[in-house]
Amino acid sequence: MTAMINQSEALAERLKLTIDEDQLTNCMRCGFCQNACPTFIETGLEAASPRGRIALMKAVVDGLMYPDQSFQDQMDLCLGCRACEPACPSDVKYGQLIEQTREAIAHERSYSLPVRMARKTFLKGIFPHQGRMRMVGKTLRFYQRSGLQRVVRASGVMKLLPEHLQELEAVMPETSGDGLVERWKSLRLPARSEVTKSGESIFIVPPIGEKVARVGMFRGCIMDVMFIETNVNTVRLLRQAGFEVVIPESQACCGALHAHAGEMAEARTLAELNLHAFADADVDYVASNAGGCGAMLKEYDHLMQDDAAHRELAIQFSNQVKDVSELLSTIGRPLTMQEEIAPKTVTYQDSCHLRNVMRIQGQPRELMRALPGVELCELQGADTCCGSAGIYNMTQPEMSKNVLDRKMEHVKKTDAKYVVTSNPGCLLQMKWGIHRSGLNNEMEAVHLVDLLAEHVRFDAEASGAGK
Amino acid sequence: MLADTIRKQLTAIVGSNGFKDDTETLVSYSYDATPLLQAMPDGVIFPSSTEEVSAIIKVCAEHRIPVIGRGAGSNLCGGTIPMQGGLIIVMTRMNKLLEIDTDNLTATFQTGLNTKQFHQAVEAAGLFYPPDPSSMIICTMGGNIALGAGGLRGLKYGTTKDYVIGLEAVLADGSVLRTGGKLVKDVAGYDLTRLLVGSGGTLAILTEATVKLIPKPAYRRAMVAMYDDLHAAAKTVSSIIANRIIPCTLEFMDQPTLQVVEDYAQIGLPVHAKAMLAIEQDGDEGTVEHDLKLIEQICLQEGAIELKIAQSPEEGAKVMEARRSALAALSRLRPTTILEDATVPRSKIAEMVLEVQRVSEKYNVQICTFGHAGDGNLHPTAMTDARNSEEIHRVEQAFEEIFEAAVRLGGTITGEHGVGIVKAPYLEWKVGSTGIEMMKRIKQAFDPDNIMNPGKLFAETRKRMVMNEHR
Ligand SMILES: Cc1cc2nc3c(=O)[nH]c(=O)nc-3n(C[C@H](O)[C@H](O)[C@H](O)COP(=O)(O)OP(=O)(O)OC[C@H]3O[C@@H](n4cnc5c(N)ncnc54)[C@H](O)[C@@H]3O)c2cc1C
Ligand code: SF4
Ligand code: SF4
Repeated sequence: MTAMINQSEALAERLKLTIDEDQLTNCMRCGFCQNACPTFIETGLEAASPRGRIALMKAVVDGLMYPDQSFQDQMDLCLGCRACEPACPSDVKYGQLIEQTREAIAHERSYSLPVRMARKTFLKGIFPHQGRMRMVGKTLRFYQRSGLQRVVRASGVMKLLPEHLQELEAVMPETSGDGLVERWKSLRLPARSEVTKSGESIFIVPPIGEKVARVGMFRGCIMDVMFIETNVNTVRLLRQAGFEVVIPESQACCGALHAHAGEMAEARTLAELNLHAFADADVDYVASNAGGCGAMLKEYDHLMQDDAAHRELAIQFSNQVKDVSELLSTIGRPLTMQEEIAPKTVTYQDSCHLRNVMRIQGQPRELMRALPGVELCELQGADTCCGSAGIYNMTQPEMSKNVLDRKMEHVKKTDAKYVVTSNPGCLLQMKWGIHRSGLNNEMEAVHLVDLLAEHVRFDAEASGAGK
Repeated sequence: MLADTIRKQLTAIVGSNGFKDDTETLVSYSYDATPLLQAMPDGVIFPSSTEEVSAIIKVCAEHRIPVIGRGAGSNLCGGTIPMQGGLIIVMTRMNKLLEIDTDNLTATFQTGLNTKQFHQAVEAAGLFYPPDPSSMIICTMGGNIALGAGGLRGLKYGTTKDYVIGLEAVLADGSVLRTGGKLVKDVAGYDLTRLLVGSGGTLAILTEATVKLIPKPAYRRAMVAMYDDLHAAAKTVSSIIANRIIPCTLEFMDQPTLQVVEDYAQIGLPVHAKAMLAIEQDGDEGTVEHDLKLIEQICLQEGAIELKIAQSPEEGAKVMEARRSALAALSRLRPTTILEDATVPRSKIAEMVLEVQRVSEKYNVQICTFGHAGDGNLHPTAMTDARNSEEIHRVEQAFEEIFEAAVRLGGTITGEHGVGIVKAPYLEWKVGSTGIEMMKRIKQAFDPDNIMNPGKLFAETRKRMVMNEHR
């Protein structure tokens, strides 16, 4: 008991020191953010709303309450989807507040041993290292290929896992042990490797036709293991639109999972790696095809603001980060579509961070509307989180499931053949949702890039005709 | 902290999911949208039916526990702050739209219903419910009724009080009162419906309401007029009304507001202009076009330097959007934004705007003015910082003088936000001591033990002002 009080006291002190008081004061408590918030919609409780969470943080800083376990739980329950930010007339930076709070909690919290182990393995041991990530990919793939997956699924071992983990397992895509570069090479499409002045290896894919610009491809750790085909398609689309695509070998995880879990030091270390990798590659833009990663990269300027050595670099980098939909719809050459594809209805679920942080919502829709034979049926509540939110669906299974079930009710009404998203987490979550509602035969969740790739006419792909 | 027996009684009524008194809950129901006010309740309860509300209030009456009704907590008068502790009754689980009666043109609903959702349902039925407070995405119909909320369309269509024709309410002893009905005409005794509208939870908890609806106007069009003279803008407002044209929206922004709105929205507003009017008319197409022509002439006669008529509905929407973004733009300037709603007869708008500017200079506080000029309801907004107590003190003095000016010009201390705690000290300026006395007797009749939202409306300390009693 005393230990717990000491811990909350320490946390209170830490919060007082680290939280941005200006942002706390900027919240005028108008409540305009509330109906954008999935956890408020779900519970109807003020404390589970953005206004409530900010008020709780302020109450701790003002000494009105201790940041006890229920305070920490409430902060954990936040999806971090940041739908509250565009809804806020006062421009309160909620994302920064929750990050600062979680950092303080992570610093003071004594996690139970299994949670500590899991955090260590995933946040410090695997995600930062592309190589180890691929090892995981290889192991998973062995598990899938070897038939072990079928054995395990049939044996009922899965029944011992919590329900949500079982279901998630069932929708996991086939993973890949090869990265984007290896895969591209195996397709025997044009490319070359170079070493930059500072000794970094970069992989360069030439544009098709006149070069529009040089973009660095951020491959993402989850994307590169679970959705390798989407990464390949991204490069194909970009070069078709006239971009020279550069893949710096030394790029790392974006650090979003770390930042959301309050591990800021780790996040900064990763940011540093990426800043250098892309600066060395001398690119005009940095392309992201995962809303969550893109948003994190876009906010490196904020992440590194107290780091004099990297501040300028980070500002420049943040300006260069673009979602692939933005590059394709506004900067690249228009793509030519095939005409003879069977008509179908699709619907679009916004990736929260793409919409609320990168503020991209029109471009993906425009691209889909331009596809011959495709009818885009707007999903009611497309701007509300699907409940995936990074690793949220593993840490908060109940809330995640409730949010998802509400989402699926709306999805059903669209009669769509494809549910399109632009982030791996959302893609997995929508797959899970389709599985949960027994709609496996009616619809499919796909990444925007893969839908586009199905429709685009790829001219002269094998010719490395770029200039 | 409530005694254990009381907590058990309350939990027995609503179940363990419906009553909470942990620290986190108490803190999160200790405030509403009113700046600078906070107080902790003793418990928070979420009823799902009128019967539950009645049972809850019986328990509270027995133990003399203050009862504070709450919708979305978006009010700006401190209406839900539990100054004396007590039980917050959150009405948002009672949010059913019970009926849209297309034969009688009425709607009946539970009061926790969200205002925007109600608007959408009514419009889907091809009908129209005009009261449109800017906060409608979050506020509840119950909160709107309890405070008599207004909105941008008040000038032509009136405010909430003009639409409520029936109520179900739970009184301070737990008994259930029903007033009015689906009736356009009803003079059976005192008009208790009207009395409860605007009572801010001090007389009863409202559980159900019936409002009247009107047919949806077929067409609408907007325009803006710029002025280099404040008076000219204000005179235009009076002239339009004097010419017997009632636009559905007639909004005003002063130069400092224009400047911040332009800085924020960047839509090409002429920031050199001293004032802007945003005007919208609705109705059948012929009348709307006819009215806009006339309004155009009046604006020019009164000295408008520039006129712009929306060429498409989207353009019209942009204009109104700019007006709606005023508060947003202002709130980005400084950490704390304090907005009041002093209201004057519309012939006095020009004088009132000048008064606000004078007061702003006198106390050296930044005050921008915008608002519903057509109905005399201005929103002088002070930009300040809650952490600077010296400046906050000057802001308070400035608002006091603004209320005083409003009443002197024949106006009121609040047009639509309600009295609550914030304006209680000034109520007597408006209604006089006889008015206060009558109101207290009404309160006494409804709530002899003073458990319904105590500390609101009637101030412990009165502000002295020498004025004519008859106002
Ligand atoms: C940005 C912003 C813009 C606004 N714009 C406008 C505007 O244009 N026009 C306008 O009029 N107001 C406006 N308001 C003020 C506010 O939104 C309204 O007063 C609204 O009616 C409050 O509704 P609520 O559901 O939030 O009520 P709450 O704030 O929860 O409660 C308001 C009062 O009503 C009482 N109450 C609530 N529900 C009940 C019930 N069922 N029974 C009995 N008493 C009850 C409470 O005790 C309290 O005194 C604005 C507020 C904000 C923050
Ligand atoms: S919308 Fe912004 S200012 Fe309003 S309560 Fe939410 S965070 Fe605070
Ligand atoms: S980030 Fe999402 S879940 Fe968290 S408070 Fe904002 S809207 Fe709610």
